[in-house]
Amino acid sequence: MPAVSKGDGMRGLAVFISDIRNCERAAGGHWRRGGGGIAGITGTHHHTWLIFVFLVDTGFHHVGQAGLELLTSNDLPALASQSAGIIGVSHCTQDSMDSVKQSAALCLLRLYKASPDLVPMGEWTARVVHLLNDQHMGVVTAAVSLITCLCKKNPDDFKTCISLAVSRLSRIVSSASTDLQDYTYYFVPAPWLSVKLLRLLQCYPPPEDAAVKGRLVECLETVLNKAQEPPKSKKVQHSNAKNAILFETISLIIHYDSEPNLLVRACNQLGQFLQHRETNLRYLALESMCTLASSEFSHEAVKTHIDTVINALKTERDVSVRQRAADLLYAMCDRSNAKQIVSEMLRYLETADYAIREEIVLKVAILAEKYAVDYSWYVDTILNLIRIAGDYVSEEVWYRVLQIVTNRDDVQGYAAKTVFEALQAPACHENMVKVGGYILGEFGNLIAGDPRSSPPVQFSLLHSKFHLCSVATRALLLSTYIKFINLFPETKATIQAVLRAGSQLRNADVELQQRAVEYLTLSSVASTDVLATVLEEMPPFPERESSILAKLKRKKGPGAGSALDDGRRDPSSNDINGGVEPTPSTVSTPSPSADLLGLRAAPPPAAPPASAGAGNLLVDVFDGPAAQPSLGPTPEEAFLSELEPPAPESPMALLADPAPAADPGPEDIGPPIPEADELLNKFVCKNNGVLFENQLLQIGVKSEFRQNLGRMYLFYGNKTSVQFQNFSPTVVHPGDLQTHILSGPLAVQTKRVAAQVDGGAQVQQVLNIECLRDFLTPPLLSVRFRYGGAPQALTLKLPVTINKFFQPTEMAAQDFFQRWKQLSLPQQEAQKIFKANHPMDAEVTKAKLLGFGSALLDNVDPNPENFVGAGIIQTKALQVGCLLRLEPNAQAQMYRLTLRTSKEPVSRHLCELLAQQF
Amino acid sequence: VNKQGQTRLSQYYNNLSIEEKTILEGELIRKCLSRVDYQCSFLQFREYKIIYRRYASLYLIVGVINQDVNEFAILEMIHNIIEILDKYYENVCELDIMFNIDRTHFIINEIICNGEIIDMNKTNVLKPILLMDKFSVKT
Repeated sequence: MPAVSKGDGMRGLAVFISDIRNCERAAGGHWRRGGGGIAGITGTHHHTWLIFVFLVDTGFHHVGQAGLELLTSNDLPALASQSAGIIGVSHCTQDSMDSVKQSAALCLLRLYKASPDLVPMGEWTARVVHLLNDQHMGVVTAAVSLITCLCKKNPDDFKTCISLAVSRLSRIVSSASTDLQDYTYYFVPAPWLSVKLLRLLQCYPPPEDAAVKGRLVECLETVLNKAQEPPKSKKVQHSNAKNAILFETISLIIHYDSEPNLLVRACNQLGQFLQHRETNLRYLALESMCTLASSEFSHEAVKTHIDTVINALKTERDVSVRQRAADLLYAMCDRSNAKQIVSEMLRYLETADYAIREEIVLKVAILAEKYAVDYSWYVDTILNLIRIAGDYVSEEVWYRVLQIVTNRDDVQGYAAKTVFEALQAPACHENMVKVGGYILGEFGNLIAGDPRSSPPVQFSLLHSKFHLCSVATRALLLSTYIKFINLFPETKATIQAVLRAGSQLRNADVELQQRAVEYLTLSSVASTDVLATVLEEMPPFPERESSILAKLKRKKGPGAGSALDDGRRDPSSNDINGGVEPTPSTVSTPSPSADLLGLRAAPPPAAPPASAGAGNLLVDVFDGPAAQPSLGPTPEEAFLSELEPPAPESPMALLADPAPAADPGPEDIGPPIPEADELLNKFVCKNNGVLFENQLLQIGVKSEFRQNLGRMYLFYGNKTSVQFQNFSPTVVHPGDLQTHILSGPLAVQTKRVAAQVDGGAQVQQVLNIECLRDFLTPPLLSVRFRYGGAPQALTLKLPVTINKFFQPTEMAAQDFFQRWKQLSLPQQEAQKIFKANHPMDAEVTKAKLLGFGSALLDNVDPNPENFVGAGIIQTKALQVGCLLRLEPNAQAQMYRLTLRTSKEPVSRHLCELLAQQF
Repeated sequence: VNKQGQTRLSQYYNNLSIEEKTILEGELIRKCLSRVDYQCSFLQFREYKIIYRRYASLYLIVGVINQDVNEFAILEMIHNIIEILDKYYENVCELDIMFNIDRTHFIINEIICNGEIIDMNKTNVLKPILLMDKFSVKT
């Protein structure tokens, strides 16, 4: 190892460079590490790139890579990496050593991945494409990687690569296994390169040029033919390598989706693999078949293998292969084979692994609904589902049954009968009780004629399950009972007795107790007519997208999207259903709903309904387009609570949500919502977070301030599944409505946002804020949009307070006291003594003060408990120096806050703002 | 990773903190070791596609984020790496990898760079390291 100075700074670098120059010709090994080490020691980016440039020059490509990694790992001057990029490009394309070309291509790729902007597109692209013709296979491999990545962003620039890739591919595919010597792997010529080339071709649609296309098709056919040939070697490596190419070929064929011939051939090939000994092969064959099934040309061909797949589902030893088989069955299902597939899947469900049961349940439910010819079959299927795997049937599934039964007159009687029979089983799942309770409550009258299911029998059957159920189910059953009173007056006495029982009226659970009280009174006070009106049959639910599909997608989690999703359905359109679960409130910036879904997919599936409280028991069933806060499980509930003012904790209280339902005139800005001040206070000491949230809209804020300038990003998230129209957020400063915005103390520039916000989507708005002079009231943000035809308006206070323009100042104790004395006029000081609202914690207080914007000065106050801060408020017109002192008194739980600034209103305002924070 | 679940060598091509890496490795190893011979070599783990191969007491595990990657290509890449190591060490075993971890890293770096395959040619891959060995013997 040459003696390289470990000295610092430029001198060290100079020594290093001269060392390198001196040793330039010395043979390489040790240099590589030496170089990397030095790059780390000097640490300065400029130096690093010098090293990189130099070393790439001399061909020490390893150090080149190390250097480049250092370069890209840090935030560095763009110039440096740009030059690196250019050099990389030049090496890539000039006539230099193969290994240099290869590394340059990979360096470029790395650089591009780290920051796509740094690699300028230019005429060199053509030369990069021509690397595909290079003699050296390594160079070609590297170039293909690079081009694949680049052409995703700039497909047009690299279009020329198609024909080159095709010719390269055909040369490889048709070559004899000995031609490529070292690149032949177990008699398969260059498998990895072929795979990469095929993958590159998947970035583009089928080639337009007939000659190129012909050649490509020929290649693909050769590959398929080869799969039929007897293996040249018994080794598993040989067949694996061959199959690697084959599978990539098949995915290219699927991607093109235009050659029915090839598709069918591919499908047959996969069909053979389905019975292959090799587990890996079966697994992958099932997986590719899933994608094949989505193509209309091959769908029929895939269906011919149904028996094999079902067999795989039954006999396969490996759980992951079984799961793939289930996926495939789901994908190849259509109207003609739905019954068979669903029954097979139901049968499989009884023995399925616990891990995949829920998914299978969902899939069965979807298939049953999608392809149901008659709804009695559908009802049967779902009830079977609940019977077999009740634990895995999530709320969405049985809500859906209820929706469908309610909407279809023809199945109601059948459903009631089947449910009744199912409930007669000695042990039935709680979900079954729920479905049963609901259906009998609604349609029990349809089967009451039969003496075997007369009203008293129905009631006693349901009530026999009552005590075994969770609170949520019991609440539902109580609602059923009151419906019974309406449907069958003869049961009234029995039911009233049940409701009157101490265990109901004095139930520890508020929800149950409330229902018992209300229902009991309702049944005795109201006349029959009133009862009949209140407890009328539920109206049909509006048809909308099945929530089960959304659930299935959510389960899959991000990135796991396989070919099962048809892409026809918008994955985020069912956000309302998702809203049942608590949204994580600590997210600093509101993420688009897709992220939220992703987050929710993480915890174990389907929290038990009971834990969420009875409130959302039927949210899914009931939430209409208006996203009404459906707190009580039935609409009667709301009605009841009006009838019964003394009921404990009336759910109406929550109906009075201060959602901005008023529709102000077109030009005036409504008063800020009542919580605006409170919301604003949350942001005094922090810059990012969720500013506002209701059922429709979430507004998140991200902001940064420097001196008298600030930039704020507002994120508006549509939480519903419906598009917002005429969406227009505006910022105004109160009192300045008539005058131009620029004359206010704050200059706020807003960028317009799109007038439409799609369901589940999020739009971003950027505000540039300049503080011209000090101000006391924050600007107002007025958001207006139309939701489902109804205009909505909402006014919030924008979290811009004067302290955002605080510039912290460090000063010594002496200086501090000197300035403190200078600001001794009584009007310059503002003092407040107040009680602590939060626990007194020194660290938290410190963080808050820093967030407020002032510098914290240690060792200034003689009492170490006290906090002392200083800063300057920067506005365009003037700067306001500001000193503060906070004296906590732990015994009394009180604070004394003193502020001295050169401007009287500022002192008072800051004092008020800060006092609310502790 | 050996059968006892000790990691012998690991390389990452994306940025994860050390704790994340330990957690990830731990979970992954448990998952892979619990599998039996007749199960296939691919599994889905978090957002990764895992492809593993077992050689005597050693498991070689590769995880890829990219969803549409060719499993067989990776599977054979693992094998090729082993063959290259085998060629270099002459009958490679766990101890070779343990005690010459620097060289092993070096060789793998010759094959894979930033998650992209550079070269699969055995002679090409081994050329630099043999050169380096020759040089260090001389000095």
